[in-house]
Amino acid sequence: MKFLRDFLDKQKPQFEKGGRFEKLHSTFDAFETFLFVPDKVTTTGAHFRDAIDLKRTMSVVIIAMLPALLFGIWNVGYQHFLSLGQSPGFWPVVFYGLLKVLPIVIVSYVAGLGAEFIFAQSRGHEVNEGYLVSGMLIPLVMPVDIPLWMVAVASIFAVVIGKETFGGTGMNVFNPALLARAFVFFAYPAKITGDTIWIGGLSKAEGVVDGFSGATPLSYAASGVMDKLPSMSDLFFGFVPGSIGETSKLAILIGAFVLIATGIGSWRIILSSILGGVSMSLIFNLFAANDYMKLDPMTQIMMGSFLFGTVFMATDPVTASQTNKGKWIYGFLIGFFAIMIRVFNPAYPEGTMLAILLMNAFAPLIDFYVVEANIKKRLKRASLGVKPLKQN
Amino acid sequence: MQYIKIFIKVDMSNVIRIKKGLNINLVGEAEKTIKELTTDQFAIKPTDFIGVFPKLLVAEGDQVKAGSPLFMDKYRENILFTSPVSGSIQEIKRGAKRVLLEVRIQSDGKDEAVDFGQADPLKLDKAAVTEKLLASGIWPMLRQRPYSVIANPADEPKAIFISTFDSAPLAPDNDLIVHGQGDAFQKGLDALTRLTKGKVHLNLDANSTQSKVFANSKGVQINKFAGPHPAGNVGVQINKIDPINKGEVVWYLYPQDVITIGKLFTTGNYVANKVIALTGPEVLKPAYYKTKIGARLQAFVKDNVTNVEKRFISGNVLTGNKLEVDGYVGFYAGQITVIKEGNYHEFLGWALPGFGKFSFSRSFPSFLFKNKKYALDTNLHGGHRALVMTGQFEKVFPFDIYPTQLLKAIMAEDIDKMENLGIYEVDEEDFALCEVIDTSKTNIQEIVRKGLDLMRKEMS
Repeated sequence: MKFLRDFLDKQKPQFEKGGRFEKLHSTFDAFETFLFVPDKVTTTGAHFRDAIDLKRTMSVVIIAMLPALLFGIWNVGYQHFLSLGQSPGFWPVVFYGLLKVLPIVIVSYVAGLGAEFIFAQSRGHEVNEGYLVSGMLIPLVMPVDIPLWMVAVASIFAVVIGKETFGGTGMNVFNPALLARAFVFFAYPAKITGDTIWIGGLSKAEGVVDGFSGATPLSYAASGVMDKLPSMSDLFFGFVPGSIGETSKLAILIGAFVLIATGIGSWRIILSSILGGVSMSLIFNLFAANDYMKLDPMTQIMMGSFLFGTVFMATDPVTASQTNKGKWIYGFLIGFFAIMIRVFNPAYPEGTMLAILLMNAFAPLIDFYVVEANIKKRLKRASLGVKPLKQN
Repeated sequence: MQYIKIFIKVDMSNVIRIKKGLNINLVGEAEKTIKELTTDQFAIKPTDFIGVFPKLLVAEGDQVKAGSPLFMDKYRENILFTSPVSGSIQEIKRGAKRVLLEVRIQSDGKDEAVDFGQADPLKLDKAAVTEKLLASGIWPMLRQRPYSVIANPADEPKAIFISTFDSAPLAPDNDLIVHGQGDAFQKGLDALTRLTKGKVHLNLDANSTQSKVFANSKGVQINKFAGPHPAGNVGVQINKIDPINKGEVVWYLYPQDVITIGKLFTTGNYVANKVIALTGPEVLKPAYYKTKIGARLQAFVKDNVTNVEKRFISGNVLTGNKLEVDGYVGFYAGQITVIKEGNYHEFLGWALPGFGKFSFSRSFPSFLFKNKKYALDTNLHGGHRALVMTGQFEKVFPFDIYPTQLLKAIMAEDIDKMENLGIYEVDEEDFALCEVIDTSKTNIQEIVRKGLDLMRKEMS
């Protein structure tokens, strides 16, 4: 790799202050540090540092999302050919899936990263790696028939309004990928609700088998047609229509395992969110006034994007609660509200997105009270002269 | 056998267990033999003393004895800094804006010393002990929390803390260092008991402290700790035993300093003996050296280090200060660490599996090899980023304090919040592990020091 390093070292002066491509400094820096970990050394404080950096952290999250992406690609093809009443074998299915999904991924990255690069350059800081994850999340929460220009607009909206206006990576209040989805949801509701957009080609309705509806499990549930709900195994493995990455619970659980095993995703949030969802379902079961409320907790958890949101979006460290105690409360309420919104509000067949955005807004408040309790304890200790017995 | 087992069980029940933390195993532990260091070059560096404005009391060429004042604190004129050896002032080194950097002393090898008078500390009152420590220049060994600055002789500390073990990477073994010094150590403790109405806490490692010098100490409260680094940090120990509230002051010092105090009372002289551990992956023969405070670095490392580009650290890798090649060991340091400079580019370093790399996170395979010893270098392994990850610091920070929130309060210079969140209880060394494992590569210790300095200014 010496020639590559030499090449970069040769080009570098042109991108530095006063160089010909001065305006592309952040972009050059992003690519250079992508290829080579910088030769920077410690200047103050501890003389050595952990090998982990934000690139490593983000790439672990992307690895965790890969099973959901790969299954999503296959399922897009599978659902498409199912709607046509055909079963052409594995490779044509995957090929169709790639044809539909890859453009969405590429558009999301190009549009979002483009906005990131421009902002990094104009503000004179390094490009943060956060969008590597957001750029992958956005395609996974979109319906497959979404127009590409809409993906581009949503991605740019997520970066500019969702992140940069708050001060950039680490400062945003709302999860950017969810904001992108919410943007599409409220700006172009026809493209992200209904029964036809979840399956590739269904909105054009050419050659569709008679009686094929394309409705997601959630829309069946919302309209009270409980006997049409897919089997538990279909829900678990993901042979159902839905957003690209949300359908296979198995793939998502593999991702959850990666996140928890590496310690990068918060197990507290994932666990407490599931607990919250189960609690709300059980409360509904107690007061069951309609069929949706009677639905068992397991099916509730397995439907829609509940698990996907819990594992990949609620755990975003920037927009979640930052204290460990706060994470329990934050996660629990996400699960709780996700099921509540889903059941009570037929206008929003999926409550997870709104539940997470709502709790994003409340996360700082939760932290405030958790930290306040710590402050009160310290003040009490000072006034009483109590000695601590608690051991950490 | 049964009897012994039960005994151990009972004994262990009084141990204060630290669960959060991290032991970092490095290559280059000092061999447990103490060699005599041959050097006649020493220096006292005003930069070792936080918040001190030095006023020079000697000129180049002046003759000094061990205990002769070299400089004093301009704003606390009773705090003197004295020569560790007898000889002549070789050079007064200044830096930018004429900042006083080093007072270099050439030893004449005679060890002549100023006589401060022998005494039995137990028969003296606080004022008399204080006066002796101030006059001899030993006083700066006593530091205080909050702020980790030299103790104010006028204060009433609520307790004095001595950590007898160091849990930092490659830390010196104090059992070895104090061996055979029991009498001087006890005399030093006697003197310290005169300085506080509260307790003198002597904190031992429940598992590794064997020395009778520590275990048989009289007149002090002996506490036992177990757990990973930072269990040996005095800040953690204070927090667990008698945490500092607003307005309170705790003093602390190192075991070798206690011996120096003891010898002041038994001999009447400032005996600036110090055992320094020469450690680190780039040292050929790591060992302990007996010398005086402020010895020249080259005396330790000449012909005993590898040929790569190195960083010399006065202290340990977590909290020590970088030394120039012609530098001198710091006043408080009991250790020199030598590691490789890490100024290299690494192709796709963040993406490859990274076998053999050190990481606290489980995103590298290193967590599978808990006992591996590392030869680390100074590479930052990434660029500076915003604070994104949460919940990481808490895993290595055994205080009942929210580290991220406190750091953000410091960055915002929010005095009330810093105070409320517990800044009086910490200093930068307590945050060293957070800094090491931080994915955003923030210089956390620097931030904490800024916060402490700001508080000290506000409160004075």
